[in-house]
Amino acid sequence: MLGRQAIAAVVALATAAAGALTPARAAPEPAVIRISAKKFEYTPAKIVLKKGVPVVLELTAIDRIHGFKMPALGIRSDVLPDQTVRVPLTPDKPGTFVFACDVFCGDGHEDMDGTIVVEE
Amino acid sequence: MMKSDLDRRDFLKLAGCGGVVFAAGLASPAYLAAAGRDFHFVQMTDTHWGFAGAPNPEARTTLPRAVAAVNALGRQPEFIMFTGDLTHTTDDPKERRRRMAEFKDIVKELRVKELRFIPGEHDASLDAGEAFKEFFGRTYYTFDHAGIHFIALDNVSDPGAKIGRAQLDWLAADLAQQSKDQPIIVLAHRPLFDLYPDWDWATADGAAALDLLMPYRHVTVFYGHIHQEHHHTTGHIAHHAATSLIFPQPAPGSQPKRTPPVAWNPAAPFKGLGFRDIANGPAPDQPAIREVPLA
Repeated sequence: MLGRQAIAAVVALATAAAGALTPARAAPEPAVIRISAKKFEYTPAKIVLKKGVPVVLELTAIDRIHGFKMPALGIRSDVLPDQTVRVPLTPDKPGTFVFACDVFCGDGHEDMDGTIVVEE
Repeated sequence: MMKSDLDRRDFLKLAGCGGVVFAAGLASPAYLAAAGRDFHFVQMTDTHWGFAGAPNPEARTTLPRAVAAVNALGRQPEFIMFTGDLTHTTDDPKERRRRMAEFKDIVKELRVKELRFIPGEHDASLDAGEAFKEFFGRTYYTFDHAGIHFIALDNVSDPGAKIGRAQLDWLAADLAQQSKDQPIIVLAHRPLFDLYPDWDWATADGAAALDLLMPYRHVTVFYGHIHQEHHHTTGHIAHHAATSLIFPQPAPGSQPKRTPPVAWNPAAPFKGLGFRDIANGPAPDQPAIREVPLA
C-alpha cells in the first residue's frame, strides 16, 4: 500500500510529465541569424536586432579559421570551417556594436569586422 | 640640430625640461637599481617591411631612413630591440622569407651589432613562427644586461593572440629564479593588458602573464602593435607602446573601427613615425624614455 508521501510523489511526476508533453504556451524559438566568415569579411556585415529579443547567431567559416569577438555584448568565439557555432544572444542595451575577427588571417585581417545595431 | 642627433647629454637636459622625453614618473622604477652607469637601448617596432599602400607611399625608404637616424645618434645604444611586425604579412611562404631576408640586409647597416627580435602577428601568425625562427631565432627568451633582467615574450605565434600554457609555465619558472627586487623589462608585440578589446588591442591570456609578474616590484613593459605612443599602468607595472615605422594607427576609440590608419600627410611626410631611446634616468626612480620622430 502506498504511503501519503509516495502518492504525492507519483502525482508530482505525472503532473511534470504532462507539462513536458504540453505543446502550447512554449516561448517562441529565437530567430536564427546565420553569419558566414571568409577572408576578410563577414556576411552579413550589418545585423539589426531588437533590445530584449533573443536570437541565435550561427557562425560558420568558409575558408579557414576566423574569430568573432564583440566585447560590448560579451561574445567571443572561434569560427571554424565546416562547423556551425551557435551563440545565443539577447541584447540588453541599444546601440551599435562592432564585431571583429581576432584570429589573424592575413593581409586584410584588420579590415574584417561588422556591426550589430540594437534598436529599442 | 635634428632631434635624432641628440646625444646623451642633450637627452638628459631635455629630461629636465619636459621636452620630448617621457620621464617615467608614472612607471615603476625598473631600471634603476641597474647599472650605476649610463645605459640605453633603442626600441624599433612595426617596420612592416613589404607593405605597399597609400598610408605610406615611402614604405621602401622608411626603414632605411630609420636605420640612418639610429646610426646618427651621438651616443650609440648598447643594443637594439625590434618588437615585432618586422615584415608585412603575406600568404606566400617564399615571399615571407624574401621580406625577412631583405629586412635583415637593411638592419645589418645599423652601427650597433647587438640586435634582438621578437615577432609580431604579421611575421608569425600564419605559420606559427616557422619562418621567423629560421631568420631570427627563438620567439621568446630572456637575457640580462646592465643588471636588468629582460624577458622577451611571444604573444603572436598563436594566431589567437595567446601566450599559451607552455610559455606561461616557462615564464613562471624564469621568474622563480629572480629576486622580487630584480629590475625586469618585458618586451612584447601586443599589449599584455586590455587596451581596447573592441579593436582586439589585447592579448587573450595577457592577464595570466601580468599575474605572474605582479609580485615583482620593478617591472616595465615595452611593446608595439598599436603604432602610436601610449602609456598605461596596471597596478605598479608600467606599459609603454612605441610609434611604428610604417604608418600611425588612430587613437583607441577615436573612430568606429580599427581601420583605416591615419592618412599619409604629404605636407608632413613620416609624421607619427619614429623609434624610442630608453635609458636609466637621472634619478633612480626616473627611467627616461625619449621618443625620436622620423619627421
